[in-house]
Amino acid sequence: MAMKERIRFTFAAASLLLLGVSLFLLLAVFLPWYAALGVITAVVAAAPFGWRRFSLDTRRKLSENMFILVSGATALIIVVFVAYFLVHIFLLGQSQLSWSFLFSPPTEGLTEGGIFPAIVGTALLVIIMSLAGVPVGTITAIYLTEYASNTSVIARFIRFAVNTLAGVPAIVFGLFGLGFFIGTLGRQMDTFAFDQRMDDFQSLAVAAGSPFTGDSRARVEEIRAMFLGDDATGWRAEVEQLRILQELRGEEEVTVAEVTSFFTAQQRPHWGQPSILWAALTMALLTLPVVIVSVEEAIKSVPRDLREASMALGATKWKTIRSVVIPGSMTGILTGAILAVSRGAGEVAPILFTGAAYYLPDLPTALTSQFMELGYHIYVLTTQSTDVEATKPLLYATTFVLLMLTFTLNFTAIFLRSRVRARMLR
Amino acid sequence: MKAPKIRVENLNLHYGSKQALHDITIDLPEHRVTAFIGPSGCGKSTFLRTLNRMNDLIDGVRITGSVKIDDVDIYDRTVDVVRLRKRIGMVFQKSNPFPKSIYDNIAYGPRVNGIRDRGALDEIVEESLKQAAIWDEVKDRLDESAMRLSGGQQQRVCIARSLAVNPDILLMDEPASALDPISTAKIEELIFELKDRYTILIVTHNMQQAARVSDYTAFFYLGELVEFDKTRTIFTKPGNGKTEEYVTGRFG
Repeated sequence: MAMKERIRFTFAAASLLLLGVSLFLLLAVFLPWYAALGVITAVVAAAPFGWRRFSLDTRRKLSENMFILVSGATALIIVVFVAYFLVHIFLLGQSQLSWSFLFSPPTEGLTEGGIFPAIVGTALLVIIMSLAGVPVGTITAIYLTEYASNTSVIARFIRFAVNTLAGVPAIVFGLFGLGFFIGTLGRQMDTFAFDQRMDDFQSLAVAAGSPFTGDSRARVEEIRAMFLGDDATGWRAEVEQLRILQELRGEEEVTVAEVTSFFTAQQRPHWGQPSILWAALTMALLTLPVVIVSVEEAIKSVPRDLREASMALGATKWKTIRSVVIPGSMTGILTGAILAVSRGAGEVAPILFTGAAYYLPDLPTALTSQFMELGYHIYVLTTQSTDVEATKPLLYATTFVLLMLTFTLNFTAIFLRSRVRARMLR
Repeated sequence: MKAPKIRVENLNLHYGSKQALHDITIDLPEHRVTAFIGPSGCGKSTFLRTLNRMNDLIDGVRITGSVKIDDVDIYDRTVDVVRLRKRIGMVFQKSNPFPKSIYDNIAYGPRVNGIRDRGALDEIVEESLKQAAIWDEVKDRLDESAMRLSGGQQQRVCIARSLAVNPDILLMDEPASALDPISTAKIEELIFELKDRYTILIVTHNMQQAARVSDYTAFFYLGELVEFDKTRTIFTKPGNGKTEEYVTGRFG
């Protein structure tokens, strides 16, 4: 066989194989797999006989167009799958989809009611995430494209780190968030605040003229009395704890160290526990590469001419970045933010240990609140339901809402990105 | 010849391992138009960009020799590049207005230099646009985006923008190469009017243009300055065979 013919043969064989596989996948949606396989086998077996019937010209044209046909068909199959997927989910969930579903909390052990807290939680999560992640990502992208030279070791190292970050599994981010934000940072903040408070407690004792300092001992009741004066507002928790201590120790005298260690034992974590803040920061880390890459792309699309014009007018580099580069890449920064949000809204693993709550009808009120989230809610509905049949429509409806949310965000990002590209080509 | 505004001595420029300018020595006269001609890649644009240190922005550029403007070496370590660039206007090959209003385009430079007063800015904008011979065309639409102007108008806005910082030198890098003949004629007329007030250096591909607008012409070839003389001399009796071949159109 001549080289050319061999290439053609390989192409034809590959095309046929692809066509066969695509057809099989398509049929397998409607038929049992063995029936689909049978149809394919029949077609393949019959093909050589049917093939001869065409004229030489037709055969040539057909084989020329074979690959276009196959690749087109394969692409179409993806679209068909997505459409099928969406319609399927919509049909199974439609009985539950309504305004009240969107705007009421779940009830009856998650077998009735809506998903309002999950929607609000998701929204708050992505807002805090964007506020933390987008500025950091944008500044990093500016450093990489504007300041660092392509050959610099630092820039290469940052790029390597960003790429690595993009490849880390989401659950690892979750564990990192638990270990770093909650276990280390949050706990440190708590310890710091607690130590501060104990110092205040000591100074309060001194100010109250109490002999209760150093190694001296006092009855718990006397100590409590210190907190009831004018200067002692804001000590409600300690007063309550001292009441408990008084019940335990009665008239016995205690030392400062004893009281402090009792407070320590009673201490409740404030920052050192799962919360929407830590979940959002974990998510921000996860989505950082998305932001950096799209902002970088946008910055590179700002024409070099414009920077030079600005520099030639005596603007500093920083002025040029502020007045020319950032305004020119605003759509790109926005695209990055939206892509990050859509990625973040769809991830569950990072928030699993860092703040998402199983069931929490109250909306989050502070950065330290836990929250419900759509993706996690789907997971909970799937695995923790008390009544699987009753939960199913809810599950599909929730999935549909989440999919619509991420699709809408993605389409917005694609639209903005196409505008950036159009400008690049101008 | 008038007193030189710019003295360049033994200037060499390397891009990485490639040498783009070889030992350029030239004195450029004040308040005259000097044209740089030569085939593509001969280094004339690169040379122009050494005069306001625009090449500093490119990675891996190495420069030796000296460039003195008003007897100050601009590559001296004590020279503030930003301040240097304020004294030197630059007009680029492709018109590159900022995607802002016409007014903000012109006011960009003055604002960079700390002028905030609206009245003063208004005055500078009007004066600059008048100097660039485009005031009458745009005076009623200063708030419109400069991107909506025609190519020729955009280029004149860019010239006005570079005049707004009140430079003494104007660098023009093929300012008319992307324009139609009528816009080109307007730009050339403008250069003629501006030369009383500015020292103008223009890179051009168009030999007729060099002949029409310039007082002096420098011919570059393969990164070397081949010949520099009065424009009339270069075009009528050049001293170098290469120059003659180029200006008569035998290569390039």
